[in-house]
Amino acid sequence: MRFKGLRNILFETGDISRFAGRFFAEAFVPRYEFREFLRQSYYIGYKSLPLVALTAFIIGLVITIQSRPTLVEFGAEAWLPQMISVSLIREIAPVITALICAGKIGSGIGAELGSMKVTEQIDAMDVSGTNPYKFLVVTRVLATTLMIPVLVVFADAISLYGGYLGANIRGVVSWDLFWNQVFESVTFNDLLPSLLKTFFFGFAIGIVGCYKGFSTQKGTEGVGRSANSAVVVSSILVFIIDLIAVQIADLMGLT
Amino acid sequence: MMENKNIAKAIQSDEIVMSIKGLCKSFGSNHVLRDFSLNLFRGENIAVIGKSGSGKSVLIKCVIGLLKADKGSITVLGEDVGNLNRRQLDEMRVKVGFLFQSNALYDSMTIRENLEFPLRRHRRKDKPENVDDLVMEALSNVGLEETVDMMPSELSGGMRKRIALARTLILKPEIILYDEPTTGLDPITGREISQLMVEIQKKYNTSSIIISHDMNCVKIASNRIAMLIDGTNYATGPFDELKEFNDPKVRSFF
Ligand SMILES: Nc1ncnc2c1ncn2[C@@H]1O[C@H](COP(=O)(O)OP(=O)(O)OP(=O)(O)O)[C@@H](O)[C@H]1O
Ligand SMILES: [Mg+2]
Repeated sequence: MRFKGLRNILFETGDISRFAGRFFAEAFVPRYEFREFLRQSYYIGYKSLPLVALTAFIIGLVITIQSRPTLVEFGAEAWLPQMISVSLIREIAPVITALICAGKIGSGIGAELGSMKVTEQIDAMDVSGTNPYKFLVVTRVLATTLMIPVLVVFADAISLYGGYLGANIRGVVSWDLFWNQVFESVTFNDLLPSLLKTFFFGFAIGIVGCYKGFSTQKGTEGVGRSANSAVVVSSILVFIIDLIAVQIADLMGLT
Repeated sequence: MMENKNIAKAIQSDEIVMSIKGLCKSFGSNHVLRDFSLNLFRGENIAVIGKSGSGKSVLIKCVIGLLKADKGSITVLGEDVGNLNRRQLDEMRVKVGFLFQSNALYDSMTIRENLEFPLRRHRRKDKPENVDDLVMEALSNVGLEETVDMMPSELSGGMRKRIALARTLILKPEIILYDEPTTGLDPITGREISQLMVEIQKKYNTSSIIISHDMNCVKIASNRIAMLIDGTNYATGPFDELKEFNDPKVRSFF
């Protein structure tokens, strides 16, 4: 009995991998659902902007305010912009954005596809000359894979702005000086791995949301359970991907 | 079972449009269908009745290719459903309409978009150009023209059922599979829907399988009844004939 949980996790991992494998088999052969992809990109990208912006701003502000005393203690107050910009861009903004999106987008996809599944809407598409995997899954996964990096870049900028304000609450850093220091300290080696991993975050969020939706069991609690576990599983995946990405970047000397 | 010749005489056609032979379907250890057989003639409405959970929905989902049969053969308009590829399956599904038990209207789309969906999505040689006219015609068939720009969530259960019916009929299918068309409706609306099904049958010479618990609907809309009991076609015949049957399993339905 102790191994039952483990067994379920392994089975589910296999199922999700198979579901993701199907994405590659279906995404690159016609017919392409371009309009639906645009619609989903709009919903997934644009509609998440305010939430992402708000969290990024607050995180930037808070990190700066909290880092300051430590740096002051070492007499390194002038390093504040460098320090926060590297940690925000390399780690904090991408992961926070991905987690916010796992919550908002992952649960949204899980619930939407889940209720389509239990009310037979997915079957109805199937009998109406439409491949539901292409129409519903491929479009959503492509949209999350491409939109989450965009949201992260946006979050990078907003969180740095939050950092700028944070730095100016107690001390004085001019606008020009702040950004000069930021661009001096953030290198290509910081940007590239942090941007690359966000594509994987996006893919994971899309695939898990769709998988949970498609495997929803009958009944309204089924839909709730799908939405819920879409968030849990995709959040865990975000951390796992992050861990792997850090190791790879480290191995490649991108530090 | 009634002689094929007699049925053919009653509906004046001996062309079989759908033939199910020895159909078996299980989910794990749940053997839902075991050796189910049925022939549907052109212009005929057959009602399939059976207890809840007896596999009626599974039966017609196998026919339309949403579920894959474990054993047996299903021939629809001369094609063996089990051997069709995706494209051929789509072609068949233009000619076979399916009314879902839960209506399956797309929540995120307006009624117009719901009705346009099969028209626009099916890859057909003769893509319809007058989509708007077809949508309005389908809506007027069910008497709901005024709902065209509403969302499904704004409609009552009976209205949704009628919209779903309109969407099923919009491609002018030759065969229609109705999954419980009158369940959950008041008796008056139920009778209207039943009469609508008969009208469609007469007007377009369609053949249908009607799944129902509603004996009024069965009586009005069907030429023949098939009883799905224990996964097989237990008894088949016209309403009045089956009513006189002496088998307790059959009697319990009437
Ligand atoms: N996709 C599926 N996976 C597993 N079991 C299924 C599936 N679809 C149906 N079943 C099982 O098959 C049996 C028959 O289901 P079906 O939906 O055909 O019943 P029904 O005769 O249509 O009942 P109702 O009148 O309530 O609609 C049920 O026991 C159900 O649990
Ligand atoms: Mg059913």
